[in-house]
Amino acid sequence: MMAAVAARELRDGEVTFVGIGLPNLACNLARALHAPNLVLIYESGAIGAAPDRLPVSIGDPSLVTGSLMVCPMADVFQLFLQNGRVGVGFLGGAQIDRWGNINTTVVGSYREPKVRLPGAGGAPEIAVHARRVLVISRLSARSFPAEVDFVTSPGQRSHGRSRRELGMPGAGPVKVVTDKAILESDPSTGEMVLTALYPGVAVEDVERGVGWPLRVGAALDTVAGPTGEELRLLREVLDPRGLYLS
Amino acid sequence: MHSKVVTMKDAIAAHVRDGDTLVIEGFTHLICFAAAHEVIRQRRRELTLARLTPDVIYDQMIAAGCARKLIFSWAGNPGAGSLHAFRRAVEARPAELELEEYSHFGMVTRLSAGAARLPFGVMRNYMGTDLPAANPLIRTVNCPFTGETLAAVPALNPDVTIVHAQRADHHGNAQVWGLMGVQKEAAFASKRVIVVVEELVDESVIRADPNRTLIPGLIVDAVVVEPWGCHPSYAQGHYDRDNEFYVAWEEISRDPGRLRAYLDEHVYGVTDRAEYMRRQPALAERLGARPRICAGVSYGY
Repeated sequence: MMAAVAARELRDGEVTFVGIGLPNLACNLARALHAPNLVLIYESGAIGAAPDRLPVSIGDPSLVTGSLMVCPMADVFQLFLQNGRVGVGFLGGAQIDRWGNINTTVVGSYREPKVRLPGAGGAPEIAVHARRVLVISRLSARSFPAEVDFVTSPGQRSHGRSRRELGMPGAGPVKVVTDKAILESDPSTGEMVLTALYPGVAVEDVERGVGWPLRVGAALDTVAGPTGEELRLLREVLDPRGLYLS
Repeated sequence: MHSKVVTMKDAIAAHVRDGDTLVIEGFTHLICFAAAHEVIRQRRRELTLARLTPDVIYDQMIAAGCARKLIFSWAGNPGAGSLHAFRRAVEARPAELELEEYSHFGMVTRLSAGAARLPFGVMRNYMGTDLPAANPLIRTVNCPFTGETLAAVPALNPDVTIVHAQRADHHGNAQVWGLMGVQKEAAFASKRVIVVVEELVDESVIRADPNRTLIPGLIVDAVVVEPWGCHPSYAQGHYDRDNEFYVAWEEISRDPGRLRAYLDEHVYGVTDRAEYMRRQPALAERLGARPRICAGVSYGY
């Protein structure tokens, strides 16, 4: 369902910076449905990738075979991302907060972490430069604290300062796709507010999954459930072994 | 010019010293596990290991006691989970591994600056993040033309860089296809360079397709011929990534006893990569690449 909802956010022809896991599924689902001209960029250097198997890592050999271009990673970051060529980036993380800040570095303090997470990867530069960022994460109070323990990738406000004050070119995380609802950043304050519920989910269910007093947007939509075609493609074609779908 | 071809044992003995800053690059693709295993066998100590993605390769070196410090940007097991030897070292009190961390763009910029022999590199990056607070080497600089504040990171100039390539000649002119990662920048930034290849070819093969040369022989100190030298990583056109092993590493690395048994069997227990492959005869059949030949181009004039 998260993959299907995320796929619907992608527009045909858009240049998309793809991460592994659900974002990868979402991008390939969109490509099979409404966005056949989606351009997939992987930080490993594959540009216009057309993988014929589900890549287990973002450096999978199937991303090279049949792609439009393979370039050094310096080119990916300088000539595509910093150049402003990436329309949408996908990010996830262990913690996402009220302002869309993302933590993939540590739980607890940096010097003495309770849990050491993998770290930044290419996420900070995606959060800074992609024209907009979609965040995908399952909802839980542990994953959605009021404030992240460490800002790995900046959201709409970081340590009290807005993206504009900080001079970031991209719009940052504008939407958070969870397994229960969609949150969107309020255009004036940047705060993540509830804008759509999945079928059968109540506002209280979502409130319990975030660590701050959740505001509900002016128009609260209901997300359409996955179509038969979306489910068929996801289960039978894109992830038949259930690597990412559980 | 004399041949630079040596064995892995001799290349590591000659070029990798205790206390060195060592880079074994390759982003998912062309990660030279054969070199790392030889470094482990020769019991190098106090190394500063630098790589964008420490990956299973540095997890093994950390577990084997080779590392004092890690310079990196993403320390996970791609698609499979955590690097548990890394995590144990970092979560220990006191920590057993010093960390210096960036993002991928930051590491790429460090090596690019090092390759160009500049003192630092610049990016438009890191606004709003806590990375500069965690790493004081991430600083800012004002553009002398516009006044804009930009992120700056110091050049990285490793003592030794080891890169794996599909093929090279005796002088180390090395050709790579598929993902190129940051190998060219790392090699040019480095004081010493070891090139490891799947296949040694005549210079005429290199000259027939010069656009494919990633590393020129003039910066290379040693050439090692080591087929299957990247397993469980991969070499495009030669063999696939061993995703099953990467998944298995989650369980192996979680248990220090199992990890030690793995090193005893597959690293300390073999003399070289050829023996490593002989002991695992099923690998070649399971992972060997199907050919997908490109037609090539005309260099005529």
